[in-house]
Amino acid sequence: MALLELRNVTRRFGDFVAVDNVSLGIESGEFFTLLGPSGCGKTTILRMIAGFDLPDAGQIFLNGTDLADTPPEKRPVRTVFQNYALFPHMTVAQNVAFPLKMARIPGGDAEKMLREGLELVHLSDKAWAYPHELSGGQKQRVALARGLVNRPSVLLLDEPLGALDAKLREEMQVELINLQKEVGVTFVFVTHAQVEALALSHRIAVMRAGRIEQLDEPAKLYGFPRSRFVADFIGHINLLEAQVGEPAHGHLRLSIPGLGEIMAPPLHGVAPGTTGTFAIRPEQVRVGIQEEIQELKNHFPGTVLHFLYRGDVTVFKVSLPNGVVIEALLPNSSPGRAELFEVGDVVSVGWRHDAGGFLHE
Amino acid sequence: MSGPPYIFLLLFFVLPGVIMVIASFRHPGEFGGLAPLAASDPRTLQGLTLETYRFFFGDAIYAYVLFKSFIMALATTLICLVLAYPLALLIARSPRKRRDFMVLLVILPFASSFLIRVYAWMILLGPQAALSQLVNGLLHAAGLPPVHLLFSPFAVLIAMVYVHLPFMVLPLYTNLEKHNPNLLDAAQDCGANGWHRFWRVTFPLSLPGIFSGSALVFIPVLGMFAIPDILGGTGDMLVGNLIKEQFLVTRDWPFGSTLSIMLTLAVLLFVWIAARLSGTRGRYA
Repeated sequence: MALLELRNVTRRFGDFVAVDNVSLGIESGEFFTLLGPSGCGKTTILRMIAGFDLPDAGQIFLNGTDLADTPPEKRPVRTVFQNYALFPHMTVAQNVAFPLKMARIPGGDAEKMLREGLELVHLSDKAWAYPHELSGGQKQRVALARGLVNRPSVLLLDEPLGALDAKLREEMQVELINLQKEVGVTFVFVTHAQVEALALSHRIAVMRAGRIEQLDEPAKLYGFPRSRFVADFIGHINLLEAQVGEPAHGHLRLSIPGLGEIMAPPLHGVAPGTTGTFAIRPEQVRVGIQEEIQELKNHFPGTVLHFLYRGDVTVFKVSLPNGVVIEALLPNSSPGRAELFEVGDVVSVGWRHDAGGFLHE
Repeated sequence: MSGPPYIFLLLFFVLPGVIMVIASFRHPGEFGGLAPLAASDPRTLQGLTLETYRFFFGDAIYAYVLFKSFIMALATTLICLVLAYPLALLIARSPRKRRDFMVLLVILPFASSFLIRVYAWMILLGPQAALSQLVNGLLHAAGLPPVHLLFSPFAVLIAMVYVHLPFMVLPLYTNLEKHNPNLLDAAQDCGANGWHRFWRVTFPLSLPGIFSGSALVFIPVLGMFAIPDILGGTGDMLVGNLIKEQFLVTRDWPFGSTLSIMLTLAVLLFVWIAARLSGTRGRYA
């Protein structure tokens, strides 16, 4: 049985349906992420789990108990707020000890838990500092320590890395993973940053307009998106209009308007004539001179529109004969590779027959 | 030391202060004002003297009046605080649109004359007023003698509270309105019920507002003479009345100056204490 379960949860604000009949189960010890653009309902779900908001319909179960009548202060669920919400008039130690005090944990135990909580986030030497004396990353850690100090069943994290700069964010991602492993508390993480979600989560629910669009492990979500929205939202992707052709041996034959036929990985239950989208990641598309590329099943000539040198890779935008612009990544693993092609060069682009995928919509 | 703020302080604070200090060491003039520092006739009072200070410290009545004024100011401040806090909290937590209107209601009494508002209390507290009738009716039923509400310390206190309440509400509201509502959610999330959320988060964070509101009430009440003049009985003289009398009735300017200096010193002492308190506890808000 799942530790935390949402059963047909709906939340409306006036005419706006923020959360639309969502059901999901989160396992104990899981790092679960709700991912989606702003307004998709992810934060509303978090607030309903914490108890700050109540569902209009449906139930939320924790360990099999309906939480409907439990106020936030009585739920064994803790939140790390977006801007940390540290108490400015309390020291780091007082902030972290606050939940212990509220739970009336006796002095000796409380002291031990406080010490462990501060050690967990490496802030023992900052115990007597006030929040305004801390850096963004340190405030973040205090918020985490306050959330974890008396080992809640679930820790909810509302875009906790949003206020940090890029470098620090990467550091905190690693720290979060380690922290979660160490304490074994179930994390429910809300973010709109797909990179973060992919890096941190065991499972991700991609949300759109109050519904779960796809719930999967990061690699599956990235490699096999089931809808155009998910494909587009997670990472970069090339989307080409396509129509399913006659079946081929073990492949899906697709015809791309103005380009011709391509071979794609097989997909069950699509009838010839179905229209949809062929999606392929830039790193699956190769770009090179014709001799290099023609060994691939799917290959086309193209013209380099422009390229972005990014250090580790160079991103090429290549215009195909049908006018569609396709993005391809060329790793710069050997020196000088980035200078291979110039704007206006005629090149070949291609991809393997088992790369990419057909999406219905 | 330069710039307009210092010039302002110099002109309107230091200079009058110095004038008063000097005046307190001089003799009173025959018909009010001050006796000359140097006169040709050796029989007239002249020069500097410690007479007024000897007078002030020579009779406990002055210290007593000062003390009584302090108690009045303290009581007014505390009552204002207790009345103003829930109101300020209510305004601060109302929808933004309604807040401005509520603040307007708080400052609306300033639109009419201060004296008229104080005189109004003469009617409200008079023997024929409903309040007096009710109180004396209850006392009568309990077999107790009737009381006079008007011309009593009670009447003075009521009017003091009434007049100064907005000065407590406004700084409190300004402070409470700035509180991050997330902090209350965070406290609740950490297991704090309503009581703990107020006393451990809202209240400590509002201390700077409490201190500035208290200063804005305490200090004017300490020097107030109009309200005791109008609503107080003959025995309800406060230090403000005493000072006014020295200048306008008794015409003893040096002694009036001495009393003013004592009052100023007392206020400075209070402000210093308040600043110390708000300095150590309020800087994180």
